[in-house]
Order: sequence, then C-alpha cells, then structure tokens
Amino acid sequence: MAKLLDKQRYKCALGAMQSVQAIQRALPILHSGPGCAQKLCESVGSSGYFSPNIFPCTSVNEKDVVFGGVKKLDSTIENALKVIDADLYVVLTGCIPEIVGDDSEEVVSRFADSRKPVIYAPTAGFKGNNYKGHEQVIDAIVNQYLKKTDKKQKGLVNIWADVPYQDLFWLGNIREIEKLVSELGLIPNTIFGYQRGIGQINKIPEAEFNLLISPWVGVSSMKNMERKLGIPFLHYKTLPIGATETSRFLRTVGEYAGVDKEITEEVIRKKEDYYYYLIERYADIFLENRVINKQFTVVSDAQYVLGITKFLVNDLGLIPAKQFVVDDTPNKYREEIKEEFKNLNYGIKADVSFETDGYKIHEEIKNHDYHGYPLVLGGYYEKEVTEKLKGNFLNISYPVQDKVVLDNFYAGYAGGIRLIEDIYTVAVSRFN
Amino acid sequence: MAINLSNSNIATRENRIGSITGYVGTLKDLARKSECGTLKGCSRCFSQSSTCLSSCGLGQLAGIRDVAIIHHGPAGCSVASSNAYYMSKVMSKKRGVTSDTVYVGTDMNENDTIFGSTESLKKVILEVNRRYSPKAIFVSSSCATGIIGEDIDSIVDEVREEVGVPIVAVHCEGFKSRIWATGFDISDHAVLQEIVKPPRQGVKTNKINFKNFFESARPEIIEIFKKLDLEPVFLYCNSTVEELSHLSESLATTCICGTLGNYLGNALEEKYGVPYIRSINQCGIKGFEAWLREIGKVTGRSEAVESYLEEQRAVYLPQIEEVKKELKGLTAVLGMGPGYTFEVSRVLDELGIKVVWALAWHYDKKYENGDVPPSMKYLLDNDIDFETSVADQQNYEVMNILNKYKPDMYLSRHPGSTVWAIKNGTPAIYVADEYMIFGYKHTLEFAKTILDAVKNRSFEENLASRTKLPYTDWWYKQNVDTFLEEAK
Repeated sequence: MAKLLDKQRYKCALGAMQSVQAIQRALPILHSGPGCAQKLCESVGSSGYFSPNIFPCTSVNEKDVVFGGVKKLDSTIENALKVIDADLYVVLTGCIPEIVGDDSEEVVSRFADSRKPVIYAPTAGFKGNNYKGHEQVIDAIVNQYLKKTDKKQKGLVNIWADVPYQDLFWLGNIREIEKLVSELGLIPNTIFGYQRGIGQINKIPEAEFNLLISPWVGVSSMKNMERKLGIPFLHYKTLPIGATETSRFLRTVGEYAGVDKEITEEVIRKKEDYYYYLIERYADIFLENRVINKQFTVVSDAQYVLGITKFLVNDLGLIPAKQFVVDDTPNKYREEIKEEFKNLNYGIKADVSFETDGYKIHEEIKNHDYHGYPLVLGGYYEKEVTEKLKGNFLNISYPVQDKVVLDNFYAGYAGGIRLIEDIYTVAVSRFN
Repeated sequence: MAINLSNSNIATRENRIGSITGYVGTLKDLARKSECGTLKGCSRCFSQSSTCLSSCGLGQLAGIRDVAIIHHGPAGCSVASSNAYYMSKVMSKKRGVTSDTVYVGTDMNENDTIFGSTESLKKVILEVNRRYSPKAIFVSSSCATGIIGEDIDSIVDEVREEVGVPIVAVHCEGFKSRIWATGFDISDHAVLQEIVKPPRQGVKTNKINFKNFFESARPEIIEIFKKLDLEPVFLYCNSTVEELSHLSESLATTCICGTLGNYLGNALEEKYGVPYIRSINQCGIKGFEAWLREIGKVTGRSEAVESYLEEQRAVYLPQIEEVKKELKGLTAVLGMGPGYTFEVSRVLDELGIKVVWALAWHYDKKYENGDVPPSMKYLLDNDIDFETSVADQQNYEVMNILNKYKPDMYLSRHPGSTVWAIKNGTPAIYVADEYMIFGYKHTLEFAKTILDAVKNRSFEENLASRTKLPYTDWWYKQNVDTFLEEAK
C-alpha cells in the first residue's frame, strides 16, 4: 500500500538498469517514459562505455498509452542492435507498458535468433524497489540466456554481492572479495565491473557453487540458480569488514569449498598480521581522541548496517545504539537478519529497526542518549541531524553527496582499514 | 495565449504552442516553415533516453523555501527527492538562509495500481503537513497514477481546508510530452494557480521578477539593478511563498532563459498587466545590451541604462576584442535547449566562431504571445544561417554530427552530454551555469574559457585514444535523419 516515503533511500525496480550497466558491454533497452533513465542513474561513475543517455528508450507517449507501445518497442530493439555495439541487450519495462498491458515478452522473443542475445526483465516501478529489480536482472540472465551444464571447472565460484551503483563501494568491494577468495586457491567469477561481461556470464553454469554475500539481496536468485542450473549456494549474510568478520568469512568459505585448513589459516595469519600492524600504530588515535564516542548508529541498507555494526563492535569495541535498515527488506528475511545483530562479541545485542520513514529515524536519533557525541554513518540525510547534535557524520550510503568513490571499498581486511581512515578523517577535522 | 488558471491541467508545449522535437535542416528553413505554418515535427522510430518533465516541474518547485512536494507514484519517480534535499540545503546555505522544503514519495506498489491509493495519499498529505508545517503543498501525479486515473484534484480539494495553506495538484505524467520544458510551464501554472495573489491596493514597488535557475550571479545583478533603482526577485530557487504571492505587483518580469520563463512571464502580463521583457537574452554583448535597454524602456530608466552600459563597455569591450583575435576561425557544434542554443549561437557569431551545426533539444515555433522566439528572429534579421536539427538529447545524432564535422568544440548544457564529445576527441565546454555568458564580464570569461579549452586538449586526447565508442560503424555512415519519420 502507498505510504509516506520521507527521505527516500532506494529507487524503483527499473533502477536495475544500473545493474545491467555494471556488466561490461551489456545494454539496457528501456520500454518506459523518456526520463526514467536520467532519474534513476546518478551522474557519478555513470559515463562508462554506455551511459544513461545511450540507453535506447521507447519514450512512451500519450498515444502509446492508449494504443500500446509494442510496435515502438520492436523498432527500438531492432535499431538498437544496428546502432549500438553491445554483447547483451536487456529489455527492461517500466510502469506504463505493464499497466496498459503491452506484451513485451512476446516482442523480445522475436529477437531470439538475433546476432546478439536479447533478454527481458519486467521491472515496473510499482513492482518493488531496485534491490528487487537487481534480482530480476540476474534471474532474466539465468532463465533466458544460460543453460545447465555438466561441465564444471574445479574451484570455480560465482560471487554475488549487493547492488551496483546503489552501493557506493560496489566495484571495490567485489574486487576485494575476489582477491580474498582467490587467496584460498579458489577461482572467483563475477559479472559486474571492469573486464566482467558476457565471458563471465557464460562461465556461471560451470561453477561449483555460488557465494552470496548479502543479508537478503540475491537469495531468491541463488535459489533460482540452484533449481535451473543445479548450482548450490553458500549464503554468507554479513559483508565482511575488518579482521574479525573477514577471518570468519574465509574460514566459512574455505570449509564449504573443502580448502585445506592450513591454507586458510595461513592466509588469515598473514592478513591479520598486517592489519594489526596498522591498528597497533594507530591505536592511540582511537584511544585518545575527544570526539569519537563509544555509541554509534548506522542508517543504511541491510548489508552495511550489519557489516559495519559487526566491525565497529567486534573490531573496535564500540557499542551499537539503535541501527536502521532502510532498504525495505522483505518481511520474510527480517527475523533472520535481526538474529545476526544478536550475534556480537560479549553477548552484545544491537537493537535494529527496519524503517523507511526517515523522519521517524531522525526523531529516534535525536532522542537517543549517546552519552557523548553521536557517530552516525548513513545517507546524506543524516548529515544535518548529526551536525545539530554536534556529532560525527560519515556518508557511506545512498544518497551520497559528501564523497566521491571511484574504486574504494570497505570489504575485507583492507576495507576495514579504509573505513577507519574515513571515520577518523572526520574525527580529526575537529578538536573537541 | 489564453491561460486558464481554473484547471490544474495545462496543455503540453506540443499542443499549446506547436513545439517539436524532430527536425533536420537549416536555421532559415526551420524559421520559414514555422512562419508559414508548414513546420511539422518528426517522430523517431529509434530513440535514446532523455529527460522527464517531472524533473523540471518538481525540481523548480522544490527550489522554493519551506514547501512540501508530494510525488504520488512508485519510488523511482520520487527519487529526485534526494537531490532536491541536497539542493535545498546547499543553496539556502550559500544564500545565508534556511530551507525546510521537503520532497516525499508515496512508494506506490502493485496493489495500488489495481485498487487505487487516494486514501493513502490523503493521509500522506496530512502527515506531511503535521510534521513540517510547510508554507505550501504541491501534490504531483506520475505516469502510473495518471494512467490508473487517481483523482489528485479531488483529494487536494478535500484536504484544502484542513491543511490551511496553499495546496495545488500538479500533473506531471512523464508520457504527456517529450519536451521536458513542459515541466517548467507546469510549475509556473501551479504557482500562478495557488500562490500568486492579485496586487495589493496602493503598494508601490521597484521589483523585477527574475526567473532563473540557481542564482549564481545574484550579487552582481543586485548591484546592476541598484544603479537603476530596481530590485530583482529571483525565482524559484530560494524564493519564499510570501515573495511569490506578490509577483503580480512587480514592475516587470524577465528571465535568463526564454524556455524557462516564457509561461510565467506571459501569464503575469496577461492576468495582471506585469510587462514581460521580450528581448534576446543576456548572453553576449548584443544580448546584454538589448535586454538591459528593454528593461530601461519598460521601467522608464533608459538614461540610467545607457550610462551604465557606456561605463561597462569601456572596461570590457577592448578586452573581448583582444580575445576574439585568437578565437577567429574556430568551429563549433552546440546542443542545448532552444532557450540557449539560438542565443549561444549568436554569441559564438559575435566572438567570430563559426557554428557548423546547432542542435536544439526542442523547438517552440512561437511563444505564448504568438511571436517567433526573439533569439531566432535576431539570427534571421542578421542573416546568420547554419545547419540545425531538433532532437531531444538524442546522443547518437550528436555523435554522428561530431564525427562528420569534427569541430573545434562542442558546447552543451545538459548533464551526461559532454563526455561523449570528449570521447570523440572534441573539446567540450559545459555551459551549465545559466550565467556563464551573462553580460560583458561573463562574455569575456566565456571567451577565455573557450580559448583554454581548445588550447589544452590533453584530457580529450588521452581519453579518446583509449576508449571505444559504443556506436557501430554502420551508424556513423548513416545520415543524421535516418530514424526520423513524418509525424502521423
């Protein structure tokens, strides 16, 4: 049911065009109004091989609303194949064609024999948000393009994490996770970012398993691949940030993949050694500053709220104030995710709220006793409220106005160090 | 034009003033066909994505301080709210004021498309009013709510008394028009309908309504106007509802961009007799002079205007002449909204730069008063002609043109457009700030910026030599009008 979306943190399902855009040489073709792409794509990090103003679009008009837009969709796909050089064309439908009942799937099926694959994902804005749309895109690739195979590559693992572009650190995070996984002797396969495209998509069916790192985004797609492609999956709910969680992550993945324990432990030993070399040298800044208090709040999607909470509690010894998950997590996942917040060192439990109403979040932040300056990691919306409380604010998730990220990351051991750098960069900008 | 403020729905530019988005030819042909009424815009059987009129419409309204925008639709429509939040914070801070403007969505879902959601909308309006006590409320539709027939007008009427502040329905269905500038008219219409009041009896003022985007030249315009004993009221960024309610009392209305200001200017003139300054815009030497003289004429301040211009000419014209020597012979392609394309082409001509192709994102055959836009008239009167096309930011057409003409520069005003010129190896100049060519001073700066841009092409060459363009060779061999179809 329609509700008050105050301080909005997500987009609609059609926002999945950014997931398509993150696959190299994959082109979204939009059956939508003329301005959906411009609205749904940020102008930061978007001017790659394809940018939103390259995306072919039927630009549905009043006439199409009345008479249907299938003819226009047909000519748009046909000419997109001629004009734009892509490896994969993904037709995404917006609100209008789905309400007026255009049979877009039928139109797309006419291109089954075209030179390049053309697939289709129904992503009307009212069907869900862009986290959901992201899953629709993966499902479309699996269901319409990939085929089950008996040919398996030893050690090959498909890795899936959160939503490109929606997640500010998507590129850096997935690369860092790939590096970690390959240190275990496994061969990572991912489809988003630099040099990840149709070649990597083609390899998906040959993987021994799927590794999903997200509290909930992608779970349904993993199940779908299990059914359609016979690939089992390991669901690791927490984005590993810092030593405690990353070591746990490596042990879990190593064990699941049957990696020799000694290899895993050797990787962990080396990584932790360097990590704590840095922490030791900078421990005084954590201990002896006047502005970072023990209590913190994260306002973000489930992956960062969970990942950062675990990091700040288990690695840095901070205490969680209330945490806010703002991605409209489907109800069926909420209890499991809440459980994760009870699983912190020293039996510490974090109070977590699934809340999309930013006004209520701000009221709670204002009313919480942080017994000192609050540390708030969140979207740009939290900047002003934190500043009014004389707190420390770090813009880590959508909407982002305070930070430019090219390939920085928070995942892994190194990611934990990056996050510490960011938090204490804010801290040292003031004295008390 | 006959404006009808009793209906919240306003006709699109296509229907109201015959605007088009598809044409390839020459400036003179375009003008001739407009004048004799034979101009028919073309449609395209292939297009790339462009812009939604709601971004223009609601973006304008969200610039007003301490108001509420309620965008009734799926979450993608109201995604503009995050940028609106940012803009209202940073723009008010720059000006040294505060704004608690709030832009919310209603996160409409599938059930709502079947059963409707007007009750939820009503609750949302009342809750927003309770939380923020806005000075005015704008309730907008979206494609989805428009198609299923949500009656936002009735909801607005139902809650009007309870909210106790101006509240108005704004019809922003994105499919209505391919001309996103229709959104500007929609925002003006909403302001005129509910906020602007008739002039108060006996109030004397020296105010000039100044319609612009982001008021970067505000301090210097205040200074110029002070010399003329005039006071600018900038709209809508950082406007207050109180200021807007008195627009009808001003001496005149002017604007930085004809596309942006045309509806409001004409409506205030028609309804309240506030003269609308119709001249070429303030860009370049000729534009600045024509504009300021027109203001002098309308407000009875011609003498003061002449002495100001004389003093400024002495400072800047020799400097501009100096830079012109180095610009002579350069070639340019430009792609902008029509409110700028035909103005900037004039300035380029003044600076001795040859325009080889000008793209306008749409073209208004005439303005609300029935006249050909002044920028167009100027070019024709001065016998300036070049190849012209009308394309709603169709990037593939721009790239085809840049590839064929290989100009020294591409000038553009819209986000996401300059990078493509650069990847083609063409230096690009982003004329984003609407005051970038304002008056003598900024015309000089503009000329120097062009010089800098063409002087060091390292960035363009670095990127162009390492990137592959997404268009096929086939496309580069086609004519630019390949996908244009006669409108049916």
